[in-house]
Amino acid sequence: MADPDPTAALLKTPLHALNVELGAKLVPFAGYEMPVSYPRGILAEHRHCREAAGLFDVSHMGQLRLVGDDAAAALETLVPVDIGGLAEGKQRYAFFTNDAGGIRDDLMVTRRADHLFLIVNAACKGDDIAHLRATIASRCAIEPLPEQALLALQGPQAAAVIGRLAPALARLTFMSGAAATVAGIACFATRSGYTGEDGFEISVAARDAEALARALLAEPEVEPVGLGARDTLRLEAGLCLYGHDIDTTTTPVEAALTWAIQKVRRPGGGRASGYPGAAVIERQLAEGAARKRAGLIGLERAPVREGAAIVDAAGIAIGRVTSGTLGPSVGQPVALAYVPSASAVPGTLLDAEVRGKRQPMRVATLPFAPHHYFRG
Amino acid sequence: MPVLYTADHEWIDTSDAAAATVGITVHAQDALGDVVFVDLPSVGATFNKGDVAGVVESVKAAADLYMPVGGEIVAVNEALRADPSLANTDPLANGWFFKVRLSDPTETGALMDQAAYDTLVKNA
Repeated sequence: MADPDPTAALLKTPLHALNVELGAKLVPFAGYEMPVSYPRGILAEHRHCREAAGLFDVSHMGQLRLVGDDAAAALETLVPVDIGGLAEGKQRYAFFTNDAGGIRDDLMVTRRADHLFLIVNAACKGDDIAHLRATIASRCAIEPLPEQALLALQGPQAAAVIGRLAPALARLTFMSGAAATVAGIACFATRSGYTGEDGFEISVAARDAEALARALLAEPEVEPVGLGARDTLRLEAGLCLYGHDIDTTTTPVEAALTWAIQKVRRPGGGRASGYPGAAVIERQLAEGAARKRAGLIGLERAPVREGAAIVDAAGIAIGRVTSGTLGPSVGQPVALAYVPSASAVPGTLLDAEVRGKRQPMRVATLPFAPHHYFRG
Repeated sequence: MPVLYTADHEWIDTSDAAAATVGITVHAQDALGDVVFVDLPSVGATFNKGDVAGVVESVKAAADLYMPVGGEIVAVNEALRADPSLANTDPLANGWFFKVRLSDPTETGALMDQAAYDTLVKNA
């Protein structure tokens, strides 16, 4: 009897056929067949993104709209972020919290003329939509957008490419968005991303995704980049990966994400509290938390990966690595780890335990690789 | 040059039983992707066949290196330690990992020849 197709249950993005044609190495990710790399490989793709322009298929992520005059106020009951003050065309980073002050998912929110446009993580999108429906369905319409694909064009040459295809988009500044026609294809793009580089995330109808991707790939600066390089790029940029660096057990204070909590949502602000776990988060904003996410650079050559213990002089675990790799641009092992807050100071020397051996590391300021956001 | 293979996609060149060279195959480096770090055994260490002798790390993951036969490590490839990408660009020659003095040359009898390994890869 023939073996059943082990990938039969995996979903495909609208760019699946193109990914296959481009020679992608496909792996299961969040229930989808996703390109971890293309024939050039992770290191070459990573470097291309930092030097030119990389095109990512991130259509597995969840896209949805919240519609109605009350949508912003309603969303503020779920995130400790200023949504009410988000101007039209502007985008913000946010996170859904739980009653313990932990993080259910992180997301991007864009204010559009008559709705809020949300992008959530692929692995969480079912839970996120259920969470929204269970809490704010009476206050706004919750409209998933399963027929939208998502492409990301990232790198120092991304603006030049977009400038040729959609000049209006090239005038956007970091964390702004606009509808536009790119290569004749209607889409909505924001100037943001997950690499630390300048670039755009482009929401496009699934039926147009391949044509848009081909138009972008036809530009000389553009090469396809997979999820493997996406991970090394974001880690060098100091950005969290949900389910690894942040999860339901990490508060935004522990995760060093308090920059995303605007003053108006903090104690003393006009719209303080009112989201799950506010008491915990507010106490930590005032007093600090016992542990804190920090960036670590390896002083030797061995990569230090997720799950490795941070140990004290006696070998007792005092922290844990949540992400780690050899940083291709940095040229050294880089990692994100939760460590005692007092140790989360740049310059502090810590040891990670890898295969029974101590690997010396140094706390570094994040990002490991400088950001290149376009602020105008 | 009698090169034999293991099911873990390593090769061993046994033309000199006092210093048999061990490396990873083209298939192995392709499956791993870009190699960024190698953890080589110490010269003078002795292992049994099947023991973990070291680690080869790609961007995404670490993979164990196994002893295809038992013996004493007599040399390791310092050029590979300094430039792990040799395992991708030249896995069958300059990307060698270590050399072993076989403690029991008859252990090679259990390894695959070229034809058997090619079949394994084709069916992988």
